[in-house]
Amino acid sequence: MLPALSRVAVCGGTHGNELSGVYLVHERLKRRKKSQVMEPVAVVTVMSNPRAVQRCVRYTETDLNRCFTHAMLSLSASEQTSYELVRSQELNSLLGPKGSAEAMDLICDLHNTTANMGLCLITYSDSDWICLHICKYLQARAQHPRTDVRYIHYDIPRSEAYSLDSVGKHGFAMEIGPQPHGLIRANIFMAMQEAVQLLLDWVRLFNSGAQFEGGSVDVYTLVKNIDYPRDPHTHTIIAAVHPDLQDRDFCLLHPGDPMFLSFSGETLRYKGKEPLYPFFINESAYYEKAVALSLARRRKVEIPAIRSSRM
Amino acid sequence: MLKDSLQSNVSACVSLQWRRMKPLISLNMELITLPALHRMAVCGGTHGNEMSGVFLVPELERQRKEKGDAIWPIPLTTVLSNPQAIKECKRYVDKDLNRCFTSAILSSPITDSTPYEVRRAQELNTLLGPKQTNDAIDMICDLHNTTANMGLSIICYSHTNWICLHIFKYLQAKITTVPVRLVLLNIPIGDAYSLESVSKYGISLEVGPQPQGVVRADIFNAMKEGVNAVLDWVKNFNSGEVIEGGDVEAFMFKKTVDYPRDPETKTPIAAVHPQLQDRDFCLLKRGDPMFLTFSGETVRYEEEEPLHPVFINEAAYYEKGIAFHLAQKQPWTIPSIQAKKV
Repeated sequence: MLPALSRVAVCGGTHGNELSGVYLVHERLKRRKKSQVMEPVAVVTVMSNPRAVQRCVRYTETDLNRCFTHAMLSLSASEQTSYELVRSQELNSLLGPKGSAEAMDLICDLHNTTANMGLCLITYSDSDWICLHICKYLQARAQHPRTDVRYIHYDIPRSEAYSLDSVGKHGFAMEIGPQPHGLIRANIFMAMQEAVQLLLDWVRLFNSGAQFEGGSVDVYTLVKNIDYPRDPHTHTIIAAVHPDLQDRDFCLLHPGDPMFLSFSGETLRYKGKEPLYPFFINESAYYEKAVALSLARRRKVEIPAIRSSRM
Repeated sequence: MLKDSLQSNVSACVSLQWRRMKPLISLNMELITLPALHRMAVCGGTHGNEMSGVFLVPELERQRKEKGDAIWPIPLTTVLSNPQAIKECKRYVDKDLNRCFTSAILSSPITDSTPYEVRRAQELNTLLGPKQTNDAIDMICDLHNTTANMGLSIICYSHTNWICLHIFKYLQAKITTVPVRLVLLNIPIGDAYSLESVSKYGISLEVGPQPQGVVRADIFNAMKEGVNAVLDWVKNFNSGEVIEGGDVEAFMFKKTVDYPRDPETKTPIAAVHPQLQDRDFCLLKRGDPMFLTFSGETVRYEEEEPLHPVFINEAAYYEKGIAFHLAQKQPWTIPSIQAKKV
């Protein structure tokens, strides 16, 4: 038995050049203006970083989606040295405060990636039954177009969790790729639109007292990030993700498998001891964060049946 | 009369005339002698977030350091065109560098408020030009990427640029890993706005699809293969052998199509239709789907004339009001050429 989710937020444009979320938020705000539709669930629709959206850049000064740790949300006005640091506190007032009883019940933050990841729900917990059940529901129903749905877990305590979705009591980033930044692909937009609709359907059903049967969900937990090989003096990248690994997110990487192909033609191989699952392979925004790909362990998590406690 | 029909707007009627005249022209096409190529440049990072060129230029320099200049058939200058944009991994800082090479902009006075790229264009014109003079470098090969599914496309300004058309013919025969196509922009050289127009025989190599800010190994390799093939061709040409003419097919830009937009906010209200997305160079006929609005409606191509869409969904063109270009497929017969021994 879990409390109903009475307040839900759908956020887009947290990165201003990830356009599926930007246009989805536009459309939702436009439809609300036009028809005053009363949705069965109170949904707050937010354009997270309007300035970055207007310029069609990931961020203007600081990556907004790294500004939601407790420490950064507690900075004084004089310490908020960028637009995004100010904006993160505004969003925390609107959708939080993080960690308090007033925070949104559920935040769904919309993102795109250049990596071939299908649809992923990315969150900080591997035992949040709400998020896991939502994942299970989407996996069964995301068909138009047919989309692979996976659950990614970053094992970080809530206070250090740095992304917007951590402001809500429950939350996840809904990440869809592959899509280049700064453009919109119709099939990716439709997949995100359907997923958001399914999410809101699930919330409505949950709130109405429906029981969701237990089962199991594969959870990918981040183990480590791998950087590009770099020139020791200039620090510039000297290799690209190997063609045998490019676009093969969630295909098991074994020790000895090709990982990088240098610009001069040499293959560099995975030197780890443990086979792991790669994801965020060749995400353009991660070059500056020194991440060529992330590696995860996969395990099955058993989830109980859940039902909302009637108010 | 032939020259007029080549330069006029091509209509179905004119191209039929051209096809009828072809046998006559083949008989009259003599062997054309051209000066050998003495110096060339390979430029990358003209757009700072088109990464194949950004990484291929230093790789060429590494090869030069390792094996010496003799690996190339002629003296090769490598250039990172827009260093500031490369540093920031952006297309440009103030203004699109690849629109700054018209004669007008190259001769405009520099003031305190001159955009970074205009200054840089004038520097590059000094280094590789001056444009339209005898001192200009013989060839610039400018490297670009696109988010559109265009394989390896060679872009050049004029259908009478025999060097460029022959390079295309050679690359199309030699390269099998990606489709190779020729895109022609019929713009007089003074109005030509891009970097390669500074040289006597300039071409752009455009390889896609690749997101901006990303380097894909397969796309990088296609670009490397393209540059190596251009260098091979230069070696063959300069050796004095006769390069046989023949038929080539070019896509000539005719017009652009913008996204449907909200009349008040001007923001796009549709995306390229899934049935058109990634289908660059296909034939778009009347009634074919073009766009899918965010509310689910299909917008169709209404024109009579079937044309070929190119640069479908190029991220950098959203701000230029372009969803895709439409091109006409045009056959050309190119003469045999031979380098003049000096």
